[in-house]
Amino acid sequence: MDLRYSDAEQAFRADLRTWLEATLPTLPPKPDPNDWPGRRAYDTHWQRLLFDAGYAGVDWPTEGGGRGASAIEELIFKEELERAHAPYVGVNFVGLLHAGPTIIAEGTPEQKARFLPAILQGEDVWCQGFSEPNAGSDLASMRTRAVRDGDDYVITGQKIWTSHAEVADHCELLVRTGPEDSRHRGITWLILPMDAPGVDIRPLSTIAGSNEFAELFLDEVRVPVTNRVGEENDGWRVTMVTLSFERGTAFVGDLLEAFELLSTSVTLAQRTGAWDDVGTRREAGHIKAELDALWALTRRNVSQAARTGIPGQGGTYFKLAYSETRHKLGEFSLGLLERAGLAAHDVEGLDDAGVLPAQTVVEDWLRGISLTIAAGTSQIQRNIVGERILGLPKEPQSQKG
Amino acid sequence: MDFEINETQTELVDGIRRLCEGEFPLDVVRARESTERAIDRDGWQTLGDAGVFGLCLAEEAGGVGLGLAEGALVFEELGRSLIPGPLVATHLAAGLVEGAAEGTAVVGLVERPRPSASSTALPIVIEHLADLDVLLVLSDAGIERIDNPAATLDARLLPRPMDPLTPVWALASLPTGEPIAGPDVAAWWRRDGAVLTAALQVGMAQWSCDLAVDYAKGRVQFGRPIGGFQAIKHLCADMVVRAEVARCAVQSAAVTVDQPEVGDPDVAAAGAKLLADEAAVTNGRSCIQVHGGMGFTWEVPAHLAYKRARVLSTSFGTAHDLAEALAQSLVV
Ligand SMILES: Cc1cc2nc3c(=O)[nH]c(=O)nc-3n(C[C@H](O)[C@H](O)[C@H](O)COP(=O)(O)OP(=O)(O)OC[C@H]3O[C@@H](n4cnc5c(N)ncnc54)[C@H](O)[C@@H]3O)c2cc1C
Repeated sequence: MDLRYSDAEQAFRADLRTWLEATLPTLPPKPDPNDWPGRRAYDTHWQRLLFDAGYAGVDWPTEGGGRGASAIEELIFKEELERAHAPYVGVNFVGLLHAGPTIIAEGTPEQKARFLPAILQGEDVWCQGFSEPNAGSDLASMRTRAVRDGDDYVITGQKIWTSHAEVADHCELLVRTGPEDSRHRGITWLILPMDAPGVDIRPLSTIAGSNEFAELFLDEVRVPVTNRVGEENDGWRVTMVTLSFERGTAFVGDLLEAFELLSTSVTLAQRTGAWDDVGTRREAGHIKAELDALWALTRRNVSQAARTGIPGQGGTYFKLAYSETRHKLGEFSLGLLERAGLAAHDVEGLDDAGVLPAQTVVEDWLRGISLTIAAGTSQIQRNIVGERILGLPKEPQSQKG
Repeated sequence: MDFEINETQTELVDGIRRLCEGEFPLDVVRARESTERAIDRDGWQTLGDAGVFGLCLAEEAGGVGLGLAEGALVFEELGRSLIPGPLVATHLAAGLVEGAAEGTAVVGLVERPRPSASSTALPIVIEHLADLDVLLVLSDAGIERIDNPAATLDARLLPRPMDPLTPVWALASLPTGEPIAGPDVAAWWRRDGAVLTAALQVGMAQWSCDLAVDYAKGRVQFGRPIGGFQAIKHLCADMVVRAEVARCAVQSAAVTVDQPEVGDPDVAAAGAKLLADEAAVTNGRSCIQVHGGMGFTWEVPAHLAYKRARVLSTSFGTAHDLAEALAQSLVV
């Protein structure tokens, strides 16, 4: 165990810092949170800048246009970006953190050449079409069907909760190719072009009032067999690769953002006088301990990934613990705002020290609610820990498989 | 001693529940989401006609003459229907502001911030300003009145209110209004306001629990209703326990106000509000969790109770203040 960074890693950090200082001031103003085309333009422009500077896909292999560095450098990259308040991955999330890594692990050379550079250059935006109305936690019960017809699959069915669907070019799509009751043995992983005829996107509104996810209706959509990643009916295994990435290190930026929110909250507490209260200070202290420990867990996970190539069980631990800490932090910050937190809108403070960050705090609090639901609910994560990691007996299930 | 609700009280609850179901179904309430005016004046009048606002006002003064125990029962039902608006303030103002008891006036309330040693960085936030005929300002010294406050005050509408049915305005400072009551009234308003707000919270805590239990019985994953999984079953069980414990605290506080010889009404009110706030907020979140992705949508109403519970937690005593007051009461 050694927490020091090597000379090469430190040099990487220093160069990146210099580049960020020069580049960030050139960015256009941030778009309105509900302007999705504007957000796409902003996020992909940023991705292009990263690519041109050699910072796209830090830990991706060089064949796909990546930097070919280690997971440690990727971690440093995320850390420095957050430190400098650089843009977050945004609409590039699925491409950079699920679809891309899956294609790296399982794609054909042609698929790698066709899809990976476009993700890194900010040309292609991806979304994830896994969940269905009746297959959320029980993903293996999905019913969206793909039938082979010559060199194509013909797909009919419905997906739901597809984040960023409206601005995506491609979708990592799970379809049923085996018999109806084949569960995880009859699923295939396909690349769906979002502009294919028969794809109908209907936006859904979140509790924060934003249209960040959508329903996807698929009516006899044709996708070439060459868009299949992995073998037919082997999509479940391919998916598990993706999900392990999603639960692995995908939250690093988010965690670092949480440190930032805690420090903003403490400044706020000092301004309002809430900091004089011992209860407030202890609550902040406890959250600090949790965030520090989660940062340690992240470094453990990344070290493991750097050795083995895939995130281990630590990702599940991280997701469970982090979502609870984030909720605590959300409640803490919102509490400090008192009634100024009754709108997701910054308000002028009365002490001439500037505005109160109500928008950030309220939005964060609302978004925090999704952390125990999205990418596998906390109940499901606990079952995974209990049954697969600890080897406890399974809960009774009425269905086989 | 008989802490069960009696026959007249049961009739009262049934009546008000029928009224709410008939006049304030959720789709009617939701029609005003995200507008500057969340209050339907005809609906307000209906509540007035039903005696909601004049319930605890003496009969000689034109009220119904019932106690706070009945008030709490009625307010629990109002909470369960997610009816927006300054229900508690208008109820308290009955007899003091013309039209309040009858439901012809919408009366709001705001706390005057206490002078403090540290820099007070927080603005004053007023709910439902555009709908208010009268704004009352509550402080330890008493109650002041500001007529037609939307026109009088230099307040700014805040975009994107947390609760889409509670529009809010911010302003830097409050002018002095016309004094209409002294410190004694202010003190009992604080206490009764806490009990009635707590009753609304219990109603919402129960509503969230019911919605979650319904969903848990119907939603199937892994070939069985999700309520069959202990993780969900236990979430639901905790919700109903939380609501029931808070309900007893609230009803006990209300009766203690009516019968002060049985205990300390201030202590009972503080405890009731503390637990009812917690029950409503925690049940709101659990209800969203039980709904999975559905709970994170605007369409499913789970978020409404969660957000409203958060709003109500900021008036008539925050968790910090209430716990502090209770701690003080323990020192003999
Ligand atoms: C903000 C957000 C973004 C999302 N983005 C995407 C996306 O881009 N692509 C995509 O495919 N999906 C996406 N999802 C969907 C997400 O993965 C699902 O919501 C999640 O898997 C839960 O499925 P569900 O919504 O059907 O809930 P359900 O599975 O119906 O769960 C309902 C409740 O039952 C519980 N439950 C279910 N089964 C069990 C069990 N066996 N034991 C104990 N408890 C159980 C759950 O924990 C939950 O509390 C997103 C969700 C959110 C909230």
